[in-house]
Amino acid sequence: MTQDSSILNAFFEECEDLIVALTEGLEAMREGHADDETVNAVFRAVHSIKGAAGAFALDELVGFAHKFETVLDEVRSHRLETDDGLLRTLQRAGDILADLVDDARAQTPANRNAVDPVLAELQALLGPETAQEEEEFVFEAMTLDFGPLDDAEGGYRVTFKPSAEFYATGNDPVLILKALSELGEVKTQLDTSALPDSFDAFDWSAGYLVWTVDIPGLGTDLAIRDVFQFMDDLCDLKVEPLTEESVPELLEPDPVPVTAQPVAPVDEPQEQAAVPAPKPADRTVKKPATTLRVDPERVDRLINAVGELIINQSVISQRLQEADLPNSSDLFSDLDDYKLLAREIQEGVMAIRAQPVKPLFQRMLRIAREAADATDKDVELVTEGESTEVDKTVVERLADPLTHMIRNAIDHGIETPDQRQAAGKPRQGTLRLSASQRSGSIVIEIADNGAGLNRPRIRDIAVERGLIPSDAVLSDPEIDQLLFAPGFSTAKEVTNLSGRGVGMDVVKTAITALGGRVAIATIPGEGTTFSITLPLTLAVMDGMIITVCGQTMVVPISSILETIRPTESDLSMLGLKSQLLHIRGDYVPIIDLGERLGHPASDKPMADRVLLLLQTESVSQCALAVDDIFDQRQVVVKSMQGSYGEIVGVSGATILGDGKIALIIDPDAIAHSGAMPQHIHTSPQGDRIHATA
Amino acid sequence: MQQPDDAAQTKELEFVTLVAGGQNFCIEITQIREIRRWSPVTILPHSPDYVLGVINLRGAVIPIIDLAAKLGFPRIDPTERHVIIIAAIEDCTIGLLVESVSEILGVKSDMVRETPKGTDDATTRAILGIIAMGDDMTKVINLATLLPNNDPVAA
Repeated sequence: MTQDSSILNAFFEECEDLIVALTEGLEAMREGHADDETVNAVFRAVHSIKGAAGAFALDELVGFAHKFETVLDEVRSHRLETDDGLLRTLQRAGDILADLVDDARAQTPANRNAVDPVLAELQALLGPETAQEEEEFVFEAMTLDFGPLDDAEGGYRVTFKPSAEFYATGNDPVLILKALSELGEVKTQLDTSALPDSFDAFDWSAGYLVWTVDIPGLGTDLAIRDVFQFMDDLCDLKVEPLTEESVPELLEPDPVPVTAQPVAPVDEPQEQAAVPAPKPADRTVKKPATTLRVDPERVDRLINAVGELIINQSVISQRLQEADLPNSSDLFSDLDDYKLLAREIQEGVMAIRAQPVKPLFQRMLRIAREAADATDKDVELVTEGESTEVDKTVVERLADPLTHMIRNAIDHGIETPDQRQAAGKPRQGTLRLSASQRSGSIVIEIADNGAGLNRPRIRDIAVERGLIPSDAVLSDPEIDQLLFAPGFSTAKEVTNLSGRGVGMDVVKTAITALGGRVAIATIPGEGTTFSITLPLTLAVMDGMIITVCGQTMVVPISSILETIRPTESDLSMLGLKSQLLHIRGDYVPIIDLGERLGHPASDKPMADRVLLLLQTESVSQCALAVDDIFDQRQVVVKSMQGSYGEIVGVSGATILGDGKIALIIDPDAIAHSGAMPQHIHTSPQGDRIHATA
Repeated sequence: MQQPDDAAQTKELEFVTLVAGGQNFCIEITQIREIRRWSPVTILPHSPDYVLGVINLRGAVIPIIDLAAKLGFPRIDPTERHVIIIAAIEDCTIGLLVESVSEILGVKSDMVRETPKGTDDATTRAILGIIAMGDDMTKVINLATLLPNNDPVAA
């Protein structure tokens, strides 16, 4: 069972790659590179998915892939014209195929409403159903190149000369010979004549040996083909029917026992092939064997270990400083080396998790296509910096926000072709999705050349929804930020794109959860650019090290707007306990972090403390009162979920240079717990205090 | 057929005996990872009184539980002489603050008797069974009941 599912998983992983190749190929075709090679690559991808899906009896997938493949075959042989209509159908078919793979993986039934129209489109391209279809289907599975073979009663002679690559990829001729010997009685002969006479001339990587195996009495060559499946370009192979003359000739030399075959030259290259060899199954898929599939858990374990190494290094360096050794001590230079090495290992390990954003961007091409179709707009999505690498988790969690932003840009940002023409712009709108790396963070931009934000309208809507008072004086950036306010929507009516109950606030929440920020730049009439700035990895975070009630804690920099040392005049009381901070004409609530975390209220007057002005989702702004600020540095984030469970207001922990644990504050939860006091400090069983949210 | 079954039922078990709240308890040795001296912890906000906090164990964040308090005894006032037993339950690792650890006890598994019925308090709920030890007896702790997040409301 586990074996099965691991094979199935491998299949789905292959499929992911194949779908990427397919999308890439279709995209290239759409851009006008419909050359034979591209079409072939697309065909191969669909064909491989079909072949493998057939082995797992994924009938829906096989059926669709088969139709798709047949159309592609027509395109390949130039019987179908590659016009816009065809390309659109092919792209749709590619989308559906990806959906079907996802469905098969999730074991959910396919969405017939989506599949059937595309299936019908494909069928329409093919014309009336052809009778040869079934026959062709069977034939397609045989991709091995053996030349004409006749069925013979008298058995077969197999001449088998493994190439150097055969050995280099870890194959063993003994296994092949064994498999042949299982087919019936075999007569094996080894031709060693190609071996060099002198040992010095021996090339370890060359294949010198030729075996001739006679299998008399074998009725068909199909079994032999099975043995050599996936080997067609790893060896010179001849399978021919045995003739009368060839039989006695072979009986002459000593029939060498099959198992005694491996002579030194065979064994040796094999040992050299300790490098993981591509699995035979991989051979059916044309892809460079340069990637390595690793269980993410193993990488996580490695990342954890390296995190500990870094912490251990800083502990040691702190200890050494305390030891008061002379500066000239060799220890210090050794320690520097250690530090460098540790950093290098950390970077290397982090890079393992890094993944190019390309697959993500390609998914967006499809989203953009669908959104443009749904809104009757002509939009081209241009992607840039696809090879930029981001942590895998970040890539995964970016999919939803990006989808929403792209839909939003097409739905609201880009005008209809007529409006564009009236404004003197090309009818086709352009959406640019780009990724780049800038000093320790990743910047992803979504830029449209649409109408730009309509600030007066945004302001009106915000007033209408009660988000801002009607007399509020807002700067342009502040108005732009209103887009991210919960409950905000510029859509006049609910379209089938927006109005799904998710607004840009969800985008912002998702980005902030990744430790990132979103910024908006807009020029009326020329377009809007959303920039997402993300940390390179989730395992490390920029944090402000603070103390409160004698405990050291970390507040994520990403949510801190500024730090303030308040003067008496900045503070005003609100009732008995609550205090407000007066900043730039605004009043912001002050939250005492220590108190919020259940420590006794500090007796330090507020004016002696430090305030961190926070930007959070639940409360637009609040000031967090802490005792002191120490430092600003990168910390390794450790989850508490596994070891303890969730704690309200704490998102994780980190280990400081001295080996002590510091809790990482979740500013959102802290601010939220303040906004809804009835939800905290209530506990059903009395001994445990936690929020019910 | 009876023979191998019997052998399986009476396999040798080893327990580490300890003292918490002045009473004898024991934990199966296969669940114990290491035994450490008490070291200061980082306090967790909004935690129940038997959760002392978390410590850094070679880079992992491990919650520490006052075993006596969890079992309903008065809280232990930890000093350098107190011991933390690092135990692994399922996928979780936790530390248990106890007064002392005394010996390793080897018993046949059929010597672990059921806890006498009739009482139901914090201690008996956390007990798997009892083992007679000469004149005295020791109680086998069910570690799963000690997990801090092992209460259905915390989600």
